[in-house]
Amino acid sequence: MATASPQRTDGRPAPTPQPTLGESLRRNGVSRRGFMQFCAATASLMALPPSMAPAIAAALESARRPSVIWLSFQECTGCTESLTRSFSPTVENLILDTISLDYHHTLQAAAGDAAEHAREEAMHANAGEYLVVVDGSLPGPKANPGYSTIAGISNYDMLMETVADAAAVIAVGSCAAFGGLPKADPNPSGAVSVQDLIKDKPVINVSGCPPVPMVITGVLAQYLTFGKLPELDQYNRPLAFFGQSIHDRCYRRPFYDKGLFAETFDDEGAKKGWCLYRLGCKGPMTYNACATMKWNGGVSWPVESGAPCLGCSEPDFWDAGGFYDALSVPPGRSGDMLLAAGAAGVAVGTGAGLLARSKARTAEKQHETVTAEQLEEKL
Amino acid sequence: MAPIGDIPIKIEGEPAPPAEYGNALPVLSQVRHALAQLVQGGEPTQIDLGAMPFGPGDEERLMALLGTGEVTATVDALGLTHIQETAFSGVWIVEYLNTDGQRVALHLEVDHVPQLLRSQPEDLGAALAALNTQLAGAPDAT
Ligand code: SF4
Ligand code: SF4
Repeated sequence: MATASPQRTDGRPAPTPQPTLGESLRRNGVSRRGFMQFCAATASLMALPPSMAPAIAAALESARRPSVIWLSFQECTGCTESLTRSFSPTVENLILDTISLDYHHTLQAAAGDAAEHAREEAMHANAGEYLVVVDGSLPGPKANPGYSTIAGISNYDMLMETVADAAAVIAVGSCAAFGGLPKADPNPSGAVSVQDLIKDKPVINVSGCPPVPMVITGVLAQYLTFGKLPELDQYNRPLAFFGQSIHDRCYRRPFYDKGLFAETFDDEGAKKGWCLYRLGCKGPMTYNACATMKWNGGVSWPVESGAPCLGCSEPDFWDAGGFYDALSVPPGRSGDMLLAAGAAGVAVGTGAGLLARSKARTAEKQHETVTAEQLEEKL
Repeated sequence: MAPIGDIPIKIEGEPAPPAEYGNALPVLSQVRHALAQLVQGGEPTQIDLGAMPFGPGDEERLMALLGTGEVTATVDALGLTHIQETAFSGVWIVEYLNTDGQRVALHLEVDHVPQLLRSQPEDLGAALAALNTQLAGAPDAT
């Protein structure tokens, strides 16, 4: 843990204590006001009230940089792109520098044996205390390991070996958290999620395709600040970011409640910013922070740009029916769902989320493929 | 990386008129409640506007409702922070930017003086020591 004193039972020498964050900031000439400014931004980042800034300052003052090993398996690098391409360089650099990214497949300059050596070094030097961040799913123990290997090591072996001495694992993105697109029917590579394999360590799922960058950084900041893991929901996602549905925080909600829906992407309702439910918005069944944290440094988010939420932070969203069908109903059954939920408007409210979850499971069983032409027709 | 505002975008046709999503007034009530708390018990409040489900135009509407007061201040520490008093005394808009000028947080502070403008207690001791050193080193120091 971030503030734990190094205690070793394996006979290896204790690692040299890293400078605290307060010390490194002062060494870099950051003033107290600069630090308070940083803490105010960090509070927002962690979805904590601004009044927590002094507590964050006190904790960060003495926080030491925990070692982080980042493994990338069957993924598209979108999660790393999300983290490194957007949001605030100041907060992010400070946090990433501070968390000591000792090994990152995609970002590190080293390759091959040298890179693997860096991973082993970090593991030995910080045994029991380091965090493993994983993006991407991986072929399960019974699948052909040849679908994804790094330096000749199967993803499965690398994960199990790296996690053995870790304090906790953070699965970043819907692939690592739930299997993601590699697991989509018929799952040719036998992809599984991290939590399918790791049963003896805390696994925190930061889902999303990709996750909101502030959420990735926020979870790391929370660990760095308070030295403990966040409170989680039923899918092991941090409640601070995944505690409320997109629908509950959506600015178009007043239109949903009044039964005012856009029927096509360019009708009068769409132009007036009405609810996108009938265009397939999965907001009622999706738990994520987009509606308030938004994307691209707070510029906008999909619903604000006129696109329905695809439900990308939910398990199995990739196989739960057409993206443009209301609430994950397989093609051909949209009408029933609209009668059940759309017309009723107000009455549905939170119940829609629960209904949607069971419908999503049904949809998954009745999964039908949709061609690009069919999609075009719908649009 | 180029700031997102620098990406050239050509908008065809008239931009949609700003809609009224009705999210500004509830925040104004929250501010009223916070100001009452400050007046009655001296208790300050900070409101994170980044955590509000604002639609396009909601923030502008709230800012218009809050108006502009007499004081503006800029803190230059790890990026600029712009502080603006609103037309309601004791209600401050605090916008935190990073070193690239991108907003990292937008808060409303209901307080006599925003926290960030106060001298930080830890800095006072260091300032005293620095002054002592300067005086000791000055040629005409007594
Ligand atoms: S259905 Fe979608 S667009 Fe409509 S209020 Fe819910 S989240 Fe917003
Ligand atoms: S709006 Fe929905 S689909 Fe889009 S990023 Fe957020 S959770 Fe994912």
